[in-house]
Amino acid sequence: MSAPLRFPRALEDALRRIDPAMSRRSFLASSGALVVSVSVGALPGGRALAQVASGGAGAGPYPDPDFRQLDTWIVIHPDNTATFFVGKTDGGQGTGTAFRQMMSDELDIAYEMTRLVMGRTDTTPDQGGSGGSDAIEVDGWPARRVAAEARRVLLDLASQRLRAPVAELAVSNATVALKSDPKKSVTYAALVGGKRFDVALTGRNVDATTGAAAVKPVNELRIVGQPIKRYDIPAKVDGSLTWAVDAKVPGMLHARNVKPPVAGARLRGVDETSVANVPGLVKVVSRGNYVAVVCEREEQAIQASRQLKCDWAPPAEAPFPSSDRLFDYIRAARPTSGNAPEVVGDPAAALAGAARVLEAEYEVPFQGHTAIGPAHALADPSNGQLTIYSNDMKSYGLRNGVAKFLDIPREQVRVVYMDGPQVYGRTAADDVGFEAAFLAHELGRPVRVQWMRHEETAWDTKGPAYTFKLRGGLDAKGNLAALDYDARAVDYNHVGYNVPDTVLIAQLMGKRLEKPDPGRAETPSVLYAIPNRRMAASVVSLPLIWETPLRTGNLRDPNGPQVTFAFESFIDELAAAAKADPVKFRLDLIGASAEDKVFRRARSLAAIGAAIKAYGWDARPSPKPRDKGKTLSGRGLAYTYRNNTVVATIAEVEVNRETGRVWVKRLVCAHDCGLVINPNGLQHTVECGMLHGLSRALWEEVQFDAEKVTSVDWATHPSLRHSDTPERIDVVLVNGDPNPSRGDLPHYGAGEASHKPVIAAVANAIYDATGVRLRRPPFRKERVLAALRAAEV
Amino acid sequence: MSVLSLRVNGASHEVDVEPSTPLLYVLRNDLGLHGPRFGCGLAQCGACTVLVDGVALRSCVTPASAARGEITTLEGLAKDGKLHPLQQAWIDEQVPQCGYCQNGQIMTAKALLDRNPHPTDAEIRDGMEGILCRCMTYYRIQAAIKRVAHAAPASAKEGGK
Repeated sequence: MSAPLRFPRALEDALRRIDPAMSRRSFLASSGALVVSVSVGALPGGRALAQVASGGAGAGPYPDPDFRQLDTWIVIHPDNTATFFVGKTDGGQGTGTAFRQMMSDELDIAYEMTRLVMGRTDTTPDQGGSGGSDAIEVDGWPARRVAAEARRVLLDLASQRLRAPVAELAVSNATVALKSDPKKSVTYAALVGGKRFDVALTGRNVDATTGAAAVKPVNELRIVGQPIKRYDIPAKVDGSLTWAVDAKVPGMLHARNVKPPVAGARLRGVDETSVANVPGLVKVVSRGNYVAVVCEREEQAIQASRQLKCDWAPPAEAPFPSSDRLFDYIRAARPTSGNAPEVVGDPAAALAGAARVLEAEYEVPFQGHTAIGPAHALADPSNGQLTIYSNDMKSYGLRNGVAKFLDIPREQVRVVYMDGPQVYGRTAADDVGFEAAFLAHELGRPVRVQWMRHEETAWDTKGPAYTFKLRGGLDAKGNLAALDYDARAVDYNHVGYNVPDTVLIAQLMGKRLEKPDPGRAETPSVLYAIPNRRMAASVVSLPLIWETPLRTGNLRDPNGPQVTFAFESFIDELAAAAKADPVKFRLDLIGASAEDKVFRRARSLAAIGAAIKAYGWDARPSPKPRDKGKTLSGRGLAYTYRNNTVVATIAEVEVNRETGRVWVKRLVCAHDCGLVINPNGLQHTVECGMLHGLSRALWEEVQFDAEKVTSVDWATHPSLRHSDTPERIDVVLVNGDPNPSRGDLPHYGAGEASHKPVIAAVANAIYDATGVRLRRPPFRKERVLAALRAAEV
Repeated sequence: MSVLSLRVNGASHEVDVEPSTPLLYVLRNDLGLHGPRFGCGLAQCGACTVLVDGVALRSCVTPASAARGEITTLEGLAKDGKLHPLQQAWIDEQVPQCGYCQNGQIMTAKALLDRNPHPTDAEIRDGMEGILCRCMTYYRIQAAIKRVAHAAPASAKEGGK
């Protein structure tokens, strides 16, 4: 084994993040475990992976890290630094930095003296990976508790070492000293550096993990709340980070998929002679309707995938209507499922007796993840086990799913989570992990798979399309007396995360769940007191539910943006009909609400108040008197909550009367997620969540004809661009808790909440500017211009 | 296959590949330079951008045999252990979320500022228009470019202002 080499610091950090064996080495060595030194090649960084996988400290098998052992979460090193291990993944929202802040604070160690390993199934406890913007809200608690427990244990050890009761000790940056004589001190490293804690934790599940120690009250937290810069950024801008897309191992092959040209097509045959001239061709693999080519080099695999001739039989029936006909199809379809409507009061009678009744229908198309980097994974079976290098945000699910899919013991499978392109839900990172694992298993060699752009855009999972029918009744004073909400989502056979029977390769191979997932359709998350209401939501299905590019899966608050668009637009319509300021109209509805879980009513009022203050909102009804020039300007607000996080968002738009182009000039978001761990990271996440919502408002729509998805690249599926960027974005962090400085103030989630109300805020602003109500995103200029012309604006 | 000579980040390399191989795969897979990334293979998103003699090029559609000149990748921007001002600005403004596209953003911004050290806001938007980010970090990218532009010395032509 070679001697440790010196690296540029950023590279060393990058390798540590993907290879905790490095940071655990000294720990294991001193605890007597057999350790094979991991040599790390200088270039490229990925080489290190091979040696880990083929006989180093990560040689396997890979039993589950025990979340009830303190050593699973925290290692104190002999140099008085610490490494934390959490089973979450960070897609660039800064949750990694936030975990380090929380855990450093509870442990009483300087942030700079800590490192963090995330989402690696063989070395971090199974916290499920990421999802639902719940990393800080849910998983932050066990992380804080175990760090607090480590501090408690260290204080006990120090008490013995310094022969003084714990009450007479003080801790500062991983050093315990006598309060009365600070020269008498001992470092954490001197107590447990390089050794095990051997402390058992309790908790019925990982979320409940705890020791005996209590977490600190908020006023004793010093690192939490600091605007610490994200640790992952330097290596992302100097080119030194090793990403999942960069992972390489010796002997690795490259594969590309060949997807059916028509949804639901059946493979009748493959003409392997059509690729006989492709250099480096190793194998053409086909199983059911799944086809892939495997080559020595990446560009060879791409060539072979383009050249391979397959004989596909089109399906007997059209798999779906074209996107032009989608909404008529949904309205005419018979629902596959639905919850019993929530009924309060007597909405039918109240609507019949209302002074004024409004009706409107809204539509939202399928929208996709369309990651900037098409899905990719590397699977390496070369040590008799299986290691998958992936950016799948649910690395644990990938491990379990692959083990089931290939029918191998899960102890033989591990997933090494590495950075990758954006992960806002159930992406094709799940699918490609299975594909790489299958091909590696078939060939007995490491195989890297990456999807091409057309696959990613056409075949990645979609956020469900929706139709909405809304009726609202105002009384003579303009108060909202009754409301009827009826939503339909195309979400039947919604795919879960890493389910071995629903990942795309399984579907193409003919595997089927006995019962497809019923899917979900939602009602809005608002706190409006509406005395008579009926809230109904049901799911409909397309004709083809298996092997379809229109698979639905979770996309950044899976139903929130659609539902909030329709509902918050309609509330605006009602406010306009009542000739009320749309903010006052909402504040009155919230103020009258009897619901106040997690002080949501007070926090909703505070968030809306903060948003209008930051914006400089002048109270008046919408629309505003129309501007005379070619540019029409206006503003709109939308409000919602996501789990326990409350947001109010204001968009200011300029609409070009001649071209129909909408430019959102300014965005304001007032955001209350309780205790803020890192204001910088939070602000950035809120900004980007809003702009992602803006992209869905202005550009995104999956289009298809009656046999295939025709949105296949950035020309046929446009996304937000530099020129669409607002001139100004204000993020106002609000703490609307009635007792804002309480010691147990919870930390709620961020990310999805700010994304959720943007389409609605933009639609409301367009109405304010033009007097024209747009009831279907995206608000591309052609559609806006047509609407303006129709209204003679 | 044939042997091609490439000059990348100040060093010469010989690679044995099909001449039509896109430069992207040669940089990533033969030379271990991971800054440029595959995003679309269609020159639509910019994630694969490299500089060839200072001009921003999409390496996903540039045959390796056509890349004559000095190639600079993200890894080649730092000099003498010091980050390029744009890289530093990217850290100061905390630009990336996932970061996958940022190679293209930084390399294109470099080409833009080398051409025009003091661009207007409109020129920044225009110059960066072809580089997509799906985490939507555009607002901070533009702030980082402005930060570097403001810090750049006034050129001789602008000296009198």
